[in-house]
Amino acid sequence: MNTHAPLATAPPAAPDAPGPRFTPFLFRTLATAARVLRQLRHDPRSIALLVLVPCVMLLLLRYVFDGSPRTFDSIGASLLGIFPLITMFLVTSIATLRERTSGTLERLLAMPLGKADLIAGYALAFGALAVVQSALGTGLALWGLGLDVTGSAWLLLLVALLDALLGTALGLFVSAFAASEFQAVQFMPAVIFPQLLLCGLFAPRDTMQPVLDGLSDVLPMSYAVDGMNEVLRHPDITGDFVRDAVIVAACAVLVLALGAATLRRRTT
Amino acid sequence: MMNIASPSRAPAPGTTAPAIRARSLKAVRGHRTVLRGLTFTVPRGQITGLLGPSGCGKSTLMRAVVGTQAKVTGTLDVLDHPAGTPALRSRIGYVTQDPSVYDDLTVRQNLEYFAAVLSPGPAAAARRREDVTRAIADVDLTAHADALAGNLSGGQRNRVSLAVALLGAPELLVLDEPTVGLDPVLRRDLWDLFHTIATERGTTILVSSHVMDEAERCHRLLLMRAGEILADDTPEALRTRTGSATVEEAFLHLVDAANAASHPQPREPQTP
Repeated sequence: MNTHAPLATAPPAAPDAPGPRFTPFLFRTLATAARVLRQLRHDPRSIALLVLVPCVMLLLLRYVFDGSPRTFDSIGASLLGIFPLITMFLVTSIATLRERTSGTLERLLAMPLGKADLIAGYALAFGALAVVQSALGTGLALWGLGLDVTGSAWLLLLVALLDALLGTALGLFVSAFAASEFQAVQFMPAVIFPQLLLCGLFAPRDTMQPVLDGLSDVLPMSYAVDGMNEVLRHPDITGDFVRDAVIVAACAVLVLALGAATLRRRTT
Repeated sequence: MMNIASPSRAPAPGTTAPAIRARSLKAVRGHRTVLRGLTFTVPRGQITGLLGPSGCGKSTLMRAVVGTQAKVTGTLDVLDHPAGTPALRSRIGYVTQDPSVYDDLTVRQNLEYFAAVLSPGPAAAARRREDVTRAIADVDLTAHADALAGNLSGGQRNRVSLAVALLGAPELLVLDEPTVGLDPVLRRDLWDLFHTIATERGTTILVSSHVMDEAERCHRLLLMRAGEILADDTPEALRTRTGSATVEEAFLHLVDAANAASHPQPREPQTP
């Protein structure tokens, strides 16, 4: 089945031995994603919090707006997009900060691991987690709490996944500017809350003061919420929905690239 | 006291070039010059000890060799390539001072991940499994293979970190104070392991320490002080040259001599 590979007693490999050169970049990404998920598996409480808190919030919201189901429809759909963004932001910023401070990042970058492998590995692992989180949240909202959505539940899930990727990207990026976990947590209100206020959750964006309306146009969470609202109101995929989804995805990729630039092989 | 075996003469490297060759190596951290123009070589297949007080630049020098130190100038060739070349990344094993492992993974899971980074893909799975098992056995952690790294003692976590560096049989091992916080028995065992790795696998080892009795177990010594190399010799030659009984005495002798040379007048006269 397998050939006996040379062990330690064998002479050191020649510099251009057929090793990393022929192995696709994909395997290191997959190994990294598997490692991140294994780390999480040793922390069942975090998983429970990640998965259950959004559901509890939706449940709460449903009965807060017991008298006005229309409001629940609109806010509930928006929150299905916002939860993955916030939780993935927090989880990623802490996880990558740990990686930086524990020395494992330095070790990995001294090994034949590409920065893209590391970032894609994290995005893949947390993306998988976000799928579980969003699937449960969406399922509960649609079939348990009677959230009335005109479009397809799959589209809701797609936007939620893109939002999770955006959250992962933002978390990875800001972790470069945090020297401690205290600081990393403080980036949540700094980066997420302004977007939360301006994304159209509290008031329609076009009714805001024009400067704020303009500002909300350049914040990615606005498009996440707009996308959810498109699914809420239209039975089919609209042009606006496609635009919103593409913008969120493009922002995620852009911020991931910025995050990659903050990973330095050589540090002082 | 530890039983210190005198190092066996390593086989003459013959025609092979040195594993590390530094010329006028300088490194700056912040506004401080940490390495002040070092010139030295490290022979292949031997254990070279890097000794000196803390803060003298040992870790910076090791990071420069591994290629993770920024703002390094001068010449630094490692295994015939400039330090930091991507081709070197799979040929050097590096252990930082603090254990760089994932506390929320078991010992085996830690090693499996790093092994997958070194030789990825399902085709290498069998080789990786053997490699991981051997590395765990090398550092004597087989009984703890399925324990979470975070639940181990400091010395055990250091050994997990060392096991990671042993993966893939690197040609050069750079070990930054690998025996800190270990009891005498474990320290002896680790030094036995270093000798086995150097003689049987032909690996070059650059190991830093501030415990001078470990110096006696190195084939060669680089004594550092304040970013400069004070001596580059074998332990015997150092002792003979300074007329000292131990390397520790020889080191103190050299430090005093260097201090006297840099401060000729210990008592500053009052300037008007």
